[in-house]
Amino acid sequence: MHSWETFSDLLRNRSAVAGMVLIALVLLVAVAGPGLAPYDPLKPAPLERLQGSSERHWFGTDSLGRDIFSRVIYGTRISILIGLISVSISLVPGTFLGLMAGYFGGRIDSLIMRLMDMLLAFPAILLAIFITAILEPNLTNTMIAVGIVYIPHYARIVRSSVLSLKEQLFVQAIAHLGGSHARILARHILPNAMPPIIVYATLGMGTAVLQAAALGFLGLGAQPPQPEWGAMLSEGRQYIQIAPHVAAFPGAAILVLVLGFNLFGDGLRDALDPSLRMV
Amino acid sequence: MPDSVLTAEHVVKHYPLKGAGFSRRKGLVLAVEDVSFCVLAGEVFGLVGESGCGKSTLGRVLLRLEEPTAGRVFFNGQDLSGFERPRLRQFRREAQIIYQDPYSSLNPRRRIGDLVGEPLDIHGIGTPPERQERVAWLLKVVGLLPEHARRYPHEFSGGQRQRIVIARALALNPRLLLADEPVSALDVSIQAQVINLLKELQAEFKLTYIFISHDLSLVEYIADRVAVMYLGRLVELAEKPDLYRDPLHPYTQALLSAAPVPDPHAKKNRILLGGDVPSPVNPPAGCSFHPRCRESGERCSVEAPVFRELTPGRWVACHNR
Repeated sequence: MHSWETFSDLLRNRSAVAGMVLIALVLLVAVAGPGLAPYDPLKPAPLERLQGSSERHWFGTDSLGRDIFSRVIYGTRISILIGLISVSISLVPGTFLGLMAGYFGGRIDSLIMRLMDMLLAFPAILLAIFITAILEPNLTNTMIAVGIVYIPHYARIVRSSVLSLKEQLFVQAIAHLGGSHARILARHILPNAMPPIIVYATLGMGTAVLQAAALGFLGLGAQPPQPEWGAMLSEGRQYIQIAPHVAAFPGAAILVLVLGFNLFGDGLRDALDPSLRMV
Repeated sequence: MPDSVLTAEHVVKHYPLKGAGFSRRKGLVLAVEDVSFCVLAGEVFGLVGESGCGKSTLGRVLLRLEEPTAGRVFFNGQDLSGFERPRLRQFRREAQIIYQDPYSSLNPRRRIGDLVGEPLDIHGIGTPPERQERVAWLLKVVGLLPEHARRYPHEFSGGQRQRIVIARALALNPRLLLADEPVSALDVSIQAQVINLLKELQAEFKLTYIFISHDLSLVEYIADRVAVMYLGRLVELAEKPDLYRDPLHPYTQALLSAAPVPDPHAKKNRILLGGDVPSPVNPPAGCSFHPRCRESGERCSVEAPVFRELTPGRWVACHNR
């Protein structure tokens, strides 16, 4: 079927394969987490503070003597969850609102888009702080906050695609045949509006992880001692001169995750477009 | 005389001109002005005119894709404007359109089989295997292979895509087919194939066509009766042989004299029209053709000529006939 061809195209796309390998690696670590970690990620060892890489501590230790390798492994789950959940929270309502605004236009459009403008008017981080502060600072609410902040981005992208798509002859042709709005939206507009959204969502995975980290840094996100990558990165910032590895390893972990999703997203965009399909 | 499939009575379509920015709303685009004619069952009704003369708009109004500003359209004797949802849906089955651009009229993300079968799906006709069978048959009818159902639109050439569009239009067994410049986006060599296909299908399925085109020789080849449109109005309507042999309206005469003749020695007696087509926002008073007409008299600039039947079957809108 359709999905199978898309998949086989993905396998022929080198960057997509590289992305998939990276994502698979991260997912594997996330699943196998506790089995791989040599130490308890939360247990401090004050005598072994800020050690560099060694045989005992592959990624060294942090300011409390915790094993960074173990913490990075445990943090994988948290980061993947943050990425997936916050992106879904912005993607699903954002796409729906964008479809409605673009397709029906008029008052519905004005209402939805002015609401989106209101959200956009706040700086992202300020709005996220605002939302977490209302909800109570913890990891779940961080994901909700980061998700809500990016809803207008998706709504705008989808709306602009829909505006051009609904004027396309192939969409009008279905309307002329007597096709319903639901059919037109689901079968003809949405599939053609998806590629930019998919690419944006994969980029968003990385942004969401970083935003969540920023909130964590401000004391509004993952609460210490949770081994969240962004929070670890922020912690390591203080020791960047004397012990750069404290920030470097969580940073590298974020890099792998974000790079994996970007490469994969790029490949997916190509595979989803049949006209770019390698025949 | 065969029954009339579609009848237009004094159809008018105006579009308001929206002023941009602070400028006031001003004027109307008079796209279609007082057009009346009927399309007979089983005929090919050719509609010719320059680009911008309102022929596509007229086509859209005839199929109720746009509401007329005034006037009425009858389908099999029933007033289209009175159609409620279920009847309109039925009408959407009976009247189909072939669009000018075969590149943008097919969703690039759907397979040919889904595209051709979609009308059946929309109207809930048949089970999925039956639809598949019908799609395979339709593809054969338009000269493609049943295996093509699994491919995507980008794998086909313009001419093949137009065949796919035609297959989709035939899926519901329509009575009336509106072909709006169906071949003008295609290469000349391909045009003939598609036109011949349309001709064969018409004979095979007893279809009625409204064939809109700016190409006089194409219309001469396919049409039974021809209507000539100028600036939103019909200026002449006649049986094809009469119109091409002996055009009555000065505009038709000028158009025909400009058409190329495939004989290098033929004496060319071209009637050159001065000036440009006036704007449909502000058409000339009286006969809208009078500023460019070589026979224009005093009456022409004052009074609009009535579109009237001069001899049986020959309609013209001109004071001098």
